[in-house]
Amino acid sequence: MSTQKRLLLTATSLLALLLFWQIAALWADSRLLPGPSEVFEAMIRATRTGVMPESIAITLARVAASFLIAMALGSAIGIALGRSVALNELVGPWVVVLLNLPALVVIILCYVWFGLTEVAAITAVAINKIPNVAVTMREGAAALSRDLDEMAQVYRLPRLRALRHVTLPQLVPFFAASARSGLALTWKIVLVVELLGRSNGVGFELQTAFQLFDVAGILAYALAFTAVVQVIEIGLLQPWERRANRWRR
Amino acid sequence: MSAIGIDIAEKCYRAPAGAPGREIFRGFCLDIGEGEFVALLGESGIGKTTLLNIVAGLDRDYRGTVSFGSGAPRLGYAFQNPRLLPWRSVLENVALPLPPGQEGRHRARAMLEEVGLGELADAYPERLSLGQQRRVALARAFAIEPDVLLMDEPFVSLDEAGAARLRDLLRRLLAGRPATVLFVTHDRREAVELASRIVVLEGAPVRIVRDMPLALTSTERASAARIDEVRRALGAAAPG
Repeated sequence: MSTQKRLLLTATSLLALLLFWQIAALWADSRLLPGPSEVFEAMIRATRTGVMPESIAITLARVAASFLIAMALGSAIGIALGRSVALNELVGPWVVVLLNLPALVVIILCYVWFGLTEVAAITAVAINKIPNVAVTMREGAAALSRDLDEMAQVYRLPRLRALRHVTLPQLVPFFAASARSGLALTWKIVLVVELLGRSNGVGFELQTAFQLFDVAGILAYALAFTAVVQVIEIGLLQPWERRANRWRR
Repeated sequence: MSAIGIDIAEKCYRAPAGAPGREIFRGFCLDIGEGEFVALLGESGIGKTTLLNIVAGLDRDYRGTVSFGSGAPRLGYAFQNPRLLPWRSVLENVALPLPPGQEGRHRARAMLEEVGLGELADAYPERLSLGQQRRVALARAFAIEPDVLLMDEPFVSLDEAGAARLRDLLRRLLAGRPATVLFVTHDRREAVELASRIVVLEGAPVRIVRDMPLALTSTERASAARIDEVRRALGAAAPG
């Protein structure tokens, strides 16, 4: 299917959803289920006052910070575990425990221990994400090619050069997989963290809207933020993945 | 002084739990002179690749010594599988062991021209045929201008014509940049066609059952009858 055709199909599908929503809103005729136009108005209003762009920017900054920390630490831990059997036997179970700890528990503990601070918020999100990244990267590191390792050794490639040309490219698919699932997970958890212990950001605005039963406001924030995340995924993550996978047949 | 002095007191493969380990080498000695082309002949699985890996420094789990006449030689290794990086272009693969920068890329490109793959410089290895991938691996090995070249059945699983072309190429490359070569094969014809000395290996632990210098002229090497004659001579000494 051509890109154009696919875009057309997606657009049609989204339009159908919009239509369905409009019909449902007309039928319900309630403040609790506003139609697309009301949500759109709420979006414009919040944008005019500047609150929405600011909230989204703040939340995105938190997502970016915790995402980067989680990817870096999680990759390092995962690669170390994948390369060393002994280390994996020792520390592997901890990763499983962390993996199964509910996000909410981590958030509450972080706030209790470190106070209602920015550091606590970002730490909480990162800790939630690190085990996922570590587990995926561990798979990748365990599957590294010994043949290519030996080749790099025979030709005396300096460490950094070997890392860049031999090791890291083998980890790209695993990195991409954890980045993709990671972004989705991170921004969802960031909203919860904001709702529980921050006084700005999309999560905080959602809570305010919730207290006022302002469903239009809630939907406006949700849609705007989802759109931003989609733009990041399509504009940043997918092109990078395509570039990294150019060599595949 | 020899170019490579191999003296392996003991090399075993530890067997999984309980079973006795397999002894590959015990008191194995082989001296290779500067510029020699030694073909190691022997059945698969007796330890020829292990020997190359020991010489290459990839396998250090043995008792003994490997010494090089020139101290630390530049080492090229043509593996049985080409072992190219699939995510780097052909050119980048050849330039990989060279110092980064323009000069390395120039040298890599010249090397590719020499093996007849100049036009495929920007392709990715997986789009190439096996024979072409082997050429790239050869170009990579020669790009560093090796003092010692280790080759582990580098032409196996090619059709005869393809293998013959690669043998020609190897001879041509060596004529331009002489190196001491250790060439593992189980194909006698290949050994006779290329080598200046044939070492036949056998048994466990491995011992040398035949060590035969070959002084064939290039016209003799091109003659099928002469090759067959030497092959038969070799066969009489080492059946199988």
